[in-house]
Amino acid sequence: MDTMSEAGVVIVGAGQGGFQLAASLRDEGWRGPVILVGEEPGLPYQRPPLSKAFITGKSDAQQLMLRPEAFYAEKGIALRLAQRVCGIDRAAQRVSLEGGESVSYAHLALATGARARMPAIVGIGLAGVQALRSMADAQALRAALGAARRVVVIGAGFIGLEVAAAARALGVEVDVLEFTSRALERSVCAPTALWLTQALQAAGVGFGFNTTAVAIEGEGGRATGVRTGDGLVYAADLVVVGIGVVPNDALAAAAGLAVDNGIRVDEFLRTADPLISAIGDCASFPPETGAPAWRLESVQNAVDHARCVAARIAGRAAPYAKIPWFWSDQGANRLQIAGVAQALDSAVVRGDPASGKFSVFRFRGKQLTAVESINQAGDHMVARKLLAQPCRLSAAQAADPLFKLSDALPAP
Amino acid sequence: MTSATSQITFIQPDGSARTIAVVAGANVMLTALANGIAGIVAECGGAAMCATCHVYLNEGSAAFVAPVSEVENEMLESAASGRRENSRLGCQVVVQPGAGEIVVQIPSHQV
Repeated sequence: MDTMSEAGVVIVGAGQGGFQLAASLRDEGWRGPVILVGEEPGLPYQRPPLSKAFITGKSDAQQLMLRPEAFYAEKGIALRLAQRVCGIDRAAQRVSLEGGESVSYAHLALATGARARMPAIVGIGLAGVQALRSMADAQALRAALGAARRVVVIGAGFIGLEVAAAARALGVEVDVLEFTSRALERSVCAPTALWLTQALQAAGVGFGFNTTAVAIEGEGGRATGVRTGDGLVYAADLVVVGIGVVPNDALAAAAGLAVDNGIRVDEFLRTADPLISAIGDCASFPPETGAPAWRLESVQNAVDHARCVAARIAGRAAPYAKIPWFWSDQGANRLQIAGVAQALDSAVVRGDPASGKFSVFRFRGKQLTAVESINQAGDHMVARKLLAQPCRLSAAQAADPLFKLSDALPAP
Repeated sequence: MTSATSQITFIQPDGSARTIAVVAGANVMLTALANGIAGIVAECGGAAMCATCHVYLNEGSAAFVAPVSEVENEMLESAASGRRENSRLGCQVVVQPGAGEIVVQIPSHQV
């Protein structure tokens, strides 16, 4: 069956980025059809609270919806939920849906996101082993946490630490196993990671670093513990896997588009096919700095990519140039990151970590690359502005608590 | 609904207004999104991380809501439309039991 109607913008993926693209197209005054196709059954929702307030029962699914159903009708956004796009015919400008229908497009946006990476170890399929990406995952995890007594979290990344904090808040015993030597190795510098680790340890979370999970032990089909490379078994009635994500780029690859840890796009977020864009977690795009292409996983990245593509479709094309920012709530502590640092960038601490409020300024040579703030929202917000222009802040100024950060901004 | 209702009135930059009935515990940001009120972006979904649900709280309404917290205070410094004395993040403005009408003005832009 074919849907015969005027071709519009077809958006594959109804997460944060896909939703935002649909909404922003209308904000930009674009009047053609907008079709938002999502695999999940419900209305588009926010993912960040899934690993925080949602699993502790402090928010419900209703509160996580990005907009109520009426919004889509009012804006003329056609929702095609619980439907999977299984192919792209670029010559015919059509996508095919599972079930046989095909939908034509004038422009196609791939906002397919990412999926949880699962380790290929014995026992990964046992009941009581849970990843966390979707609302369905979070509902399963929330239910499991309600009955759990001992949780082992595999991976000390954002998801792992947030789940550990939430589980402790519920009174569950928690061990976090991490194969590298510290938490958040790919995301923040050692001083920031150490402070967050100690805060969780003070809340009663156990950590095993340099510790590889080699198998999940089970009994009667249910997980009972995690076996590590050093031969220990950490008992658990619930195992949470948080070792990162894999971009959903197979659809693009099958359509002959370049993929390399995500769907390759140019500075306008276009694939090699000018009628096809990719946004958000699934898109591998060139940073403004001219550094190699990267892929960022954040709300900010998804939302700003969506706005950039919406403006282009509406006739106001501009290269993507936004400062990345990220956040993580871990119990009562707030981590906010502006910019993206590399492992070797220097780390200049501003403020006293013992006070529970500080920031770490990362420099590559004299260039500020990122700022990691703990319970220091003011620093974070100035950092976003500092990073948006040629940097005038020196390392000595950053370290000096008497130097006012906003004095390094050009006069308005 | 068993709780007594209050109202939130949203005034747009062009002066048009809409009043929504709410119960105690509702917040300004979620109420706006749920009722299709334009001009509230709420990028971070209510975590006080983005300052894109900025509103100006009318003078008579301040008594009905909790004061600005430290985090909110810091985030408001960077709101896209200038901060004023009565600036708030809509996600942090929660309707208290027994509150009267809360009136907020929506700024011209959030990003």
